[in-house]
Amino acid sequence: MSGLLSRRDALLALALALLIALVAWRFPAFARPTSLGGVFTDSSILIILALGQMMVILTRCIDLSMASNLALVGMIVAMTNAALPALPVPLLVVLAIAIGATLGAVNGLLVWKVGIPPIVVTLGTLTIFRGLIFVISDGQWINAHEMSDGFKALPRLTVARVPLLAWSAIVAFAAVAVFVSRTGTGRALYAVGGNPDAAVYAGIDAGRTRCIAFVIAGALAGFAGYLWVARYAVAYVDIAGGFELDVIAACVIGGISIAGGIGTVVGALLGALFLGVIKNALPVVDVSPFWQLAISGAAIIIAVLFNARAERRPGRIILKRAEQGVTIAVPRSVQGKSVQGESA
Amino acid sequence: MNIPEPASAPRALPDRSRGWLARSATSWETLLLLVAITIFLINMQASPYFLDPWNLSDATFNFTEKAMIAFAMAMLIVAGEIDLSVASIIALASTAMGFAVQLGAGTPVLVLVGLGVGLLCGAFNGLLVARFGLPSIVVTIGTLSLFRGIAYIVLGDQAYSGYPESFAWFGQGYVFWVITVEMVLFALVALAFGVLLHKTSFGRAVYAIGNNPTAALFSGIRVPRVKFVLFLLTGLMAGLAAVCLTSRLGSTRPSIAVGWELEVVTMVVLGGVNILGGSGTLPGVVLAAIIMGLVTFGFGLMNVPGIVMSIFVGLLLIAVIALPVLGRRLVSLRR
Repeated sequence: MSGLLSRRDALLALALALLIALVAWRFPAFARPTSLGGVFTDSSILIILALGQMMVILTRCIDLSMASNLALVGMIVAMTNAALPALPVPLLVVLAIAIGATLGAVNGLLVWKVGIPPIVVTLGTLTIFRGLIFVISDGQWINAHEMSDGFKALPRLTVARVPLLAWSAIVAFAAVAVFVSRTGTGRALYAVGGNPDAAVYAGIDAGRTRCIAFVIAGALAGFAGYLWVARYAVAYVDIAGGFELDVIAACVIGGISIAGGIGTVVGALLGALFLGVIKNALPVVDVSPFWQLAISGAAIIIAVLFNARAERRPGRIILKRAEQGVTIAVPRSVQGKSVQGESA
Repeated sequence: MNIPEPASAPRALPDRSRGWLARSATSWETLLLLVAITIFLINMQASPYFLDPWNLSDATFNFTEKAMIAFAMAMLIVAGEIDLSVASIIALASTAMGFAVQLGAGTPVLVLVGLGVGLLCGAFNGLLVARFGLPSIVVTIGTLSLFRGIAYIVLGDQAYSGYPESFAWFGQGYVFWVITVEMVLFALVALAFGVLLHKTSFGRAVYAIGNNPTAALFSGIRVPRVKFVLFLLTGLMAGLAAVCLTSRLGSTRPSIAVGWELEVVTMVVLGGVNILGGSGTLPGVVLAAIIMGLVTFGFGLMNVPGIVMSIFVGLLLIAVIALPVLGRRLVSLRR
């Protein structure tokens, strides 16, 4: 697992620590374990979604529909709970994951079987899923008093003094870490994103791999949908509106390359935590929450500039530089690798 | 035009196929035109109020502002890039105009401020994409947050209003009878972008870059410069849309035009522009804009809520891309 913490992840962890130290310097209470634990719990849903988005982005795709998926599943489970309070909550969680995976499969199959670019598919499903919430709920809210107590209490239950909400992020992190590093399909995510042509010659079904990534991302979004609705004890059409951008921002800040093939689970975790710390620190340092959007925008741009430098490695560099109008002699050491660039 | 195509051509070149008549009869634009006429007829059947010229004139507000951006976005997408920050540029430009009003600026200054902020935002995107070679989708997701974020910092939960009366001309004025100022702007912008894309060497360069940036570069096209100009134009059009929208609403909130980027991209893709770059036409985008306007207006007359319309738009977006693919697959299966 030592390779998991790459140099970039270490730098990001350092930046995160600096950020926390900066806030703690003025407001020491912020760095107290309970307070930092609260920040982690508050970021849990973002972490879960970022892990799913990471797997999709690794395969050179993107899922813009995750927040709509979350909101639709959240509404469905909330309405189910309101209508049938006797239904055990764990069953609802399974239902949430299953519906989320189904919605993810819609994206995945359209990308795999029909060959529509992922950005178009998920742009479409983003609006469709969101619209469906209105259709099934008729624009009504499901409020706290309509949900059963068990439904609302589950994310707050503590095991070893850590709430289940935080545990679910930890478990998701561990599961995804094992999946992408220790299973064939997980490794295939990197292969498909790194070089789809080479992946096909290596016997990997690129379309199927992408579809699997979408299904897993959908399942995680569905799970997060239950967590969101239960935590905030309300479900309506606009919950998590615009959250898809936060998720992508977390991934970009975490060093996951939008061009595919590059990224770590630790990066996704740190990226999500980075945004979570900013969000929770702003009220502490008495900055208006209206600053949050601009700050995360600036963080994305800085992270992208940073990523671009990190991604310029031999083998990739040739096309990039040529596109920018710099004539370069191909060094002998990378000539063999340049074949990939020339055939693209 | 009449160079015969070799039988074993690897793929159809955009302008080297059959004669223009055969091509235009089976083109995407013709299909869109048929769809537009069909929707028009359905609307006529569905509501007796549809054909009223003033109603139709009002209906154009549904798409004119978005379409102005869509024309520039179409060129950007043909060149293989995308700008998701356009709605946020509107918010920032509108906020800047509102700020200028508080300082006592008159209408000409307001328009300059709106267009200027749009240009600046476009230049910022263009700089990051063309100069630093960053992926435009991530850059513009970043600036999407950044630009609207600045608007939120300036405005918070407040709103700017008190625009001068003469400023209302852009979004509420009529040139002649039911012809609005926005319609005229829409037509002029469509014409300008149509000429730019289809009749100039700059337009040819845009297609070349979208089809193969490396080949375009080695053909002597200054790829980064072309891309930079495209981002500038997109920013400028977002600025123009901001002028029109602000003038029409008469006030500025930081949440102005939220989600428009998706509708603009949908318009472009519906217009037959390949999201991966390299092909698409301006007339197609014009027709797509009108179709989306007609659909929105028709649903509105039938009291369908806006969010249900968005389901339809989402389905339309996926269907228009999926159907040709599935159709082609069906044809190749038969062979």
